[in-house]
Amino acid sequence: MFFDSFSEFIRMGGHGPFVWISYGIATLIVAHNFISPMMTRKKVIKDIQRQQRREQK
Amino acid sequence: MWSAIKRLYHQLGSPKWFYELTSRWSPWFLWIGSTMMLVGIVWGLAFAPADYLQGNSFRIIYIHVPSALLSQSAYIMMAAAGLVGLVWKMKMSFVVGKTIAPIGASLAIIALVTGAVWGKPTWGTWWVWDARLTSMLILLFLYMGVIAIYNAIESEEMANKAAAILSVVGTINIPIIKYSVEWWNTLHQPATITLTKKPTMAPEMFIPLMLTIIGFYCWFAVWVIARTKNEILWRERRTKWVKSLLSTGENQ
Repeated sequence: MFFDSFSEFIRMGGHGPFVWISYGIATLIVAHNFISPMMTRKKVIKDIQRQQRREQK
Repeated sequence: MWSAIKRLYHQLGSPKWFYELTSRWSPWFLWIGSTMMLVGIVWGLAFAPADYLQGNSFRIIYIHVPSALLSQSAYIMMAAAGLVGLVWKMKMSFVVGKTIAPIGASLAIIALVTGAVWGKPTWGTWWVWDARLTSMLILLFLYMGVIAIYNAIESEEMANKAAAILSVVGTINIPIIKYSVEWWNTLHQPATITLTKKPTMAPEMFIPLMLTIIGFYCWFAVWVIARTKNEILWRERRTKWVKSLLSTGENQ
């Protein structure tokens, strides 16, 4: 590892806040990109099945 | 070779084929991309040496450069998909263009935000209205324009056409982003990676960057596939194959 200790790794020579905020925001947006289509999929499947049930009656 | 490409084009033009083919590709993109990202990020954050000028703030590069690069590649793909849809009236092509827009916008936001946060310790400011930053902001607005068109126009045919035309015209912004650091005086540093020259970075900084770039591209494929499959399901809901797919119950 480049850093001498874990606390040095977090501090990043004073640049810690900038680095971790960047990675944090990117993680949130990436997570959204993964989760959002999964939620949509569930909704789409539910809507289609509801429509099919209605038409069968 | 050519006939294989032609066959793939026709297969991908059929929603059912597209759905089945990309469903098989998606896990590969997910696992290869995730592995690359994990190795690249851990390497870049903890093992790469600090930059001799910028110190540790340079580690933001491992998300900033891939997202900025990909947000532009994604735009070109969206415009190309729009063009194919306009010229050959290929429905699936419009669908792909439509699904790229929100993903591309999210990538442009990552690039802009990480760039601003990186700018603060490096330039002493979050934002300047210079050529590179402004043209990236315009890229985000173009993506938002495409999203807005799909939200605003009821008729699918009209929305497809309008979005495709905006995408194609907006491509003019891509070379402006690329050459902005050469044509104008800007705070932004010149390109980190070029295809023609050897990397100026040390390998232990450069290799993790390559890994996160490949990782981001693979994840992008996963996202586009997932959103496109949702669109296909809804459009094809009255077809036999979707009905039998949903009735087996395993795809929920």
